[in-house]
Amino acid sequence: MKADPKGVLTGSHFIDGDHACAEGALAAGCRFAAGYPITPSTEVVERLASRFPTVGGIFIQMEDELASSIAILGAVWGGAKAATVTSGPGFSLMMEHIGLAVMTETPCVIVNVQRGGPSTGLPTLPGQADMMQARWGSHGDYEIIALSPDSPQECFDLTISAFNLSERFRVPVFVMMDECVGHMIERVVIPDPDEIEIVPRRLTDVPRGGEYLPYRLDGDLIPPMTHAGMGHYPHITGLTHDERGYPAMNAETQDTLVRRLCDKILKNADDIIEIREDGVDGADIVVVSYGITSRVCLPAIREARAKGLKVGWLRLVTVWPFPDRLIRELAGRVKALVVPELNLGQVYYEVERCAQGQATTHLVPHAGGAVHDPEDILRVIEEAAR
Amino acid sequence: MSTQAPPAPTCEVHNPTEQWLRMDRIPHIWCPGCGIGSSVNCFTDALEKSKIPRDNVSIVSGIGCTGRTAGYLKLDSFHTTHGRPIAFATGLKLANPKLKVVVYSGDGDLFAIGGNHFIHAARRNMDMTVICVNNMTYGMTGGQVTPTTPLTAKATTSPYGNFEEPFNLPYLAESCGAVYVARWTSFHVRQLSKSIREALLKPGFTFIEVVAPCPTLYARRNRLGAGIDAMKYYREQSEIKNGAPTRDVALGFQSKIICGKFVDTSRPTWLEAQVQQHRAVLGDKFTLAENWEGVGEPRED
Repeated sequence: MKADPKGVLTGSHFIDGDHACAEGALAAGCRFAAGYPITPSTEVVERLASRFPTVGGIFIQMEDELASSIAILGAVWGGAKAATVTSGPGFSLMMEHIGLAVMTETPCVIVNVQRGGPSTGLPTLPGQADMMQARWGSHGDYEIIALSPDSPQECFDLTISAFNLSERFRVPVFVMMDECVGHMIERVVIPDPDEIEIVPRRLTDVPRGGEYLPYRLDGDLIPPMTHAGMGHYPHITGLTHDERGYPAMNAETQDTLVRRLCDKILKNADDIIEIREDGVDGADIVVVSYGITSRVCLPAIREARAKGLKVGWLRLVTVWPFPDRLIRELAGRVKALVVPELNLGQVYYEVERCAQGQATTHLVPHAGGAVHDPEDILRVIEEAAR
Repeated sequence: MSTQAPPAPTCEVHNPTEQWLRMDRIPHIWCPGCGIGSSVNCFTDALEKSKIPRDNVSIVSGIGCTGRTAGYLKLDSFHTTHGRPIAFATGLKLANPKLKVVVYSGDGDLFAIGGNHFIHAARRNMDMTVICVNNMTYGMTGGQVTPTTPLTAKATTSPYGNFEEPFNLPYLAESCGAVYVARWTSFHVRQLSKSIREALLKPGFTFIEVVAPCPTLYARRNRLGAGIDAMKYYREQSEIKNGAPTRDVALGFQSKIICGKFVDTSRPTWLEAQVQQHRAVLGDKFTLAENWEGVGEPRED
């Protein structure tokens, strides 16, 4: 399905990542957003609040992030594509509803423009320290999808991808931006609507009043959905439930449900995961990065190559699910993996886990508030080469 | 003379509530003497009489004993998180204004953890009916104190008697902007049913408090007897005062219970106000959301 032309601002724009993200949501068919003001993400909902009334969308500023993160779930069951946008402290408040979205298999998009933490931390300055929270922040075992844009253009592109993935897999998808990418102004090209591929919601074909079981599988691990008002009377609960959607609180149902919720992502990981690479073949050392840091590390890689080192660049566009197999195979071919990130070690430990000791792994930590000095990354590359 | 027994009656008798219930989930979890079931009977009776098509009604609950209500009703039903059913209902309603959205939950869910959402939905005049079964305790977790537990009443977390001033729910609802506010007990089944029907048919944020017994926890801990004793108390100590100023209807421990319809007024709902404001400012650029036909047009009520 192609994008609804009503939401697509085709053309070349000079805008920041926050605004580009809002345009991505519009192009993806998002027509409901709920949010609460928080720096450095607010521009996304400000743009949606301004644009939505001209395209038939609804924005509501809720009383807090708890409300925002569940209002979007209500809107999805009412038939809309929906998103909320936040940053660190608000993200923390949303965790319970990420679990509810996972458990009820409610497709939605959550944008986190990361800032420095913990707590109020650095509201106006960048961080990448919510990556593990996106992965593990809600209680229980689950799998989600998280994308990490490194430019305003990708804030547009990956927001569309996020909506499409959320519909395909009936899972919350995170767009893990950061303050730098959110506030960086660059050229953003928005294509014609007929060049934008949109995944529509997969609804059941059971007729009104027919016997519809909300969690009965139909060919794959993702059950077809219904909406309120379609005459199917589903019961949707955050409790462990059977295929009827009825609470069934026992170990057997729990095992079946939780494994399927994880498997629908893990078994499709190869299909979901997107990476970018340069000079990885034949490299001795590969710098593994994501988001703004994947641009900050480029001068360091250039400098190292100028010094005769064989250094590759691998960027995780998809951070979750983690590209386990790819990193494992890579570690078998190279001497060292270098991971710079704006935290004191989050994705690094995933790289170390997957490397399984085949290559050495090197963290380039940064507590946030600025981006790395490329010199610091270069130094670690050189250490790794020794 | 025939000794044969008369033939057994052939017609099956069904409780009229059954058609609204997920009978494959009955028996329910509620205790004998609990008031939630009576309130659900009143709700289904009101729904029937309201003539609102079943397909257009969604029910949203939070967590707790009353939070289980959504799971027993054969409607589009959503069992959400603790305290947040009103915020979920807000999104549901805005995505499809044709839906009649009902929030059915308890006093702890709606007024402790969920208090913020209640006051803002009332302020916005968000189109929904909120039914609060007020049993003055957290039943599901074993009888803790809530924001409506009367002064001096005992609970597991106020073992020497509650000393925190409780909310007067009708007063809170009216102050925050609810356009319809009523209170009944689970003894007042006919009045409660009528009130729910009125609330369902009224645009805007409508609120009904149902004072109901929790014989297992609240009543036992406070030595108030069984469910039947609660009914006697409600019958003897309730006074119907329609239109009573809500500031005067606070509840004390085993005090008189002022019941009735206290507020029935009208102002633009969030949906109407949104459309009117945007249309006025944006003119031709304003695009009504899909499903929103008729929203913002003049209405009579």
